[in-house]
Amino acid sequence: MNENMNEKQSAGAVQTTGHAWDGDLQEYNNPLPRWWLWCFYGTAVFSVLYWFIYPSWPVGQTWLKGFGSVSYTISDKATGKEKEQEYRWNTRSLLLEDLSDAANNTQRKEMMAKVRTADYDQILKDRKMMEFVRSVGKGLFGDNCAACHGRGGQGVAGMYPNLTDDDWLWGGGMNQIHQTLVEGRNGFMPAFGTVLKPEQMDDVAEYVLTLSGEARPGEASERGKEIFHGQVGGCYYCHGADAKGVQSQGAANLTDRIWTVVDLPALKTPQDKKTALKNLITTGVNNTRIMPAWKDRLSPTDVKLLAVYVRQLGGAK
Amino acid sequence: MSEETAQLYQKRIQIYPRSVKGRFRNLKTGALILAYVIYYLLPWLRWDRPNAPDQAILYDLPGRHFYIFGLTIQVQDIFWLAGALIIFAILLFFVTGLAGRVWCGYFCFQTLWTDLFMMVEQWMQGERPARMRLDRGPWNREKIVKKGGTYGLWLLIAFWTGLTFTMYWVDAPTLVTDFILGRAPYPAYFTTFFLTATTFVMAGLAREQVCTYMCPYARFQSAMFDHDTLIVSYDKQRGESAQGRTKLGKGLKSREERQVAGVGDCIDCGYCVQVCPVGIDIRNGLQYQCISCALCIDACDTIMDNLKWPRGLIRYTSENALNGRQTRLLKPKTIGYGVILMAAIMILTWSILTRTSYTATIEQVRQPLYSQLTDGSIRNVYEIKLNNKLTAPITLRIGIEGSSSAILDMDGMEQITLEPQERVKVPARVQVAADPTGVSEHVRTITFVITLLEGATSEPIRREVPFSMPENGQ
Repeated sequence: MNENMNEKQSAGAVQTTGHAWDGDLQEYNNPLPRWWLWCFYGTAVFSVLYWFIYPSWPVGQTWLKGFGSVSYTISDKATGKEKEQEYRWNTRSLLLEDLSDAANNTQRKEMMAKVRTADYDQILKDRKMMEFVRSVGKGLFGDNCAACHGRGGQGVAGMYPNLTDDDWLWGGGMNQIHQTLVEGRNGFMPAFGTVLKPEQMDDVAEYVLTLSGEARPGEASERGKEIFHGQVGGCYYCHGADAKGVQSQGAANLTDRIWTVVDLPALKTPQDKKTALKNLITTGVNNTRIMPAWKDRLSPTDVKLLAVYVRQLGGAK
Repeated sequence: MSEETAQLYQKRIQIYPRSVKGRFRNLKTGALILAYVIYYLLPWLRWDRPNAPDQAILYDLPGRHFYIFGLTIQVQDIFWLAGALIIFAILLFFVTGLAGRVWCGYFCFQTLWTDLFMMVEQWMQGERPARMRLDRGPWNREKIVKKGGTYGLWLLIAFWTGLTFTMYWVDAPTLVTDFILGRAPYPAYFTTFFLTATTFVMAGLAREQVCTYMCPYARFQSAMFDHDTLIVSYDKQRGESAQGRTKLGKGLKSREERQVAGVGDCIDCGYCVQVCPVGIDIRNGLQYQCISCALCIDACDTIMDNLKWPRGLIRYTSENALNGRQTRLLKPKTIGYGVILMAAIMILTWSILTRTSYTATIEQVRQPLYSQLTDGSIRNVYEIKLNNKLTAPITLRIGIEGSSSAILDMDGMEQITLEPQERVKVPARVQVAADPTGVSEHVRTITFVITLLEGATSEPIRREVPFSMPENGQ
């Protein structure tokens, strides 16, 4: 049989398809193997089957659902409970099935369970848990906190506190942060517009500026100091005798360089700074500095994760 | 349409290669045994590797590590694979330009498995005439037993081939047990049965059609051939002479008689055609089907030896040599391929030899770029990603340089021990303190220095990263 083929070849006759176009135009015949043709028919048949195996054809108001189904576990966003779900076969449900028992997901569940039972001290000391808190906390923070505090926790100067510095209005201890998250906070400072005379206001503002080195002490600030620490102004009730604030009341530390209600560092001239400060003392803070309570919106584990996440943002004292 | 008598689709013509003995057959058998010993036994080789799988060659896809003897390849070093593929490609070009289709003839897995399957076939069904007779004959007991036995053996070999391939991706002894007990993962079954099927079909049934119809390399290699390339050729001048080839007949028995009669040395015995695994006649010149297995050389040499005529009527030679010209092996093309090949090998070797035991990347947290602290100092936060590439634990110390007033605070993780192959992300806070007037030193960059303390030796990794400050330094 080999010889047959070889004779044909050695004969040297070039085979054409046998048809001539335009008189002399011919095509060489390089026959395809027959199995190739059958493979082609096979794929054509399979393409019809594929329509039914894989969801595709619209039928009236619905469509062919395909064969087979996939079951996977998903966790409910609201309750955090896991439930088994069955869905028709497609690559998305296959992915979900894959994810629900993937190694990463199992690890995640294990870490979550560990965090759930651990207390704050244990979490802060454990490198693995901290790593987990940072990765999960980033998502939680983005979902719940970033709207006000910014994606990186940098806040908005004068409006929402910066969480990345080491200044904590309501305290940076774990219990205090936890409390802030669960119960919320409502910052309050009385309005002194009717209490202080304009020149007294001037003096107090001058004194407060000297506390953090924004202004040099002088006669005006000496007068302001008396008002601050005296019965007229009574500022020390909340801000403390050393003006370093009282965290249990959310009263700001006036001696550091961080300003959370008025954005003093952004103002250029001493006059502007003083004016901004006087405005604040005149109107006070009333129902404008509210942190909502999250106890009804976040699960205890989420609160725990977020509290640690926020604390490591600022590296609290 | 009576003119269209030509068949557009071709029924395959079964090839019954006859067996042959000789130098090249031995070479091929040697290459086959070597390749099979490596392929089938390598997954069983163990390798002492603390804290990691003990299989010498293991491509651990879920764990994202390739273990090759003492070398552990991580995901980020996957470009070595590209390097290896480039080297193989250039090696192929280099060898093909020099010596033709050496790969096809001796080392290609299609050739090897086809060869093995043909051996089985011959062992079960006999030599070429016996196989042809069997195929022509009716389906009797003998045919069923012989054919069934052949297919059964093929299937066994194909299955073990598929299972062996799977062993390279998981622990081999565990896989075999799990496979039998039905506990192996689905991809293991799929891979094994897919390769069983393809091995059976390609080596048992399709054979030379893989080379002629499917293999792209068989077609584009002709671009690498030139007049100096070694090819299996029939010496037409000697074989045909003036009157062409003729069988040994009366008065044409000896070489002298034939030369007087103007007849060539080819006695037209057809042995070279019968041994050809792709079913061509090498006497028709270089053909694209030819895989350069050189079995026709062995066949012709056998005949020439029997006649006591000189060997080499069919031989490895170049077109230039056949035409009486010099064969040039040192051509710009060969030198060029050789230089590129050496360069690629050296770069890959250098890259592997100078691999680090760990990697470190440091990124500045850009939201916020900086924070001012209560004492006026400026803090930047960085995210350090550390990756231990070893299968042993290592201890690293992280420090900073570049500013005397900068302090690093990592919550006590300045010294960190990484588990084998562990990768971690740790935050690093850098603070530049302010003087009593609240003005800080103007720092633009910080250099992190990561020193290996334990587990391996390596130069410290230094990374300069930007440090952000408000414009006036306050």
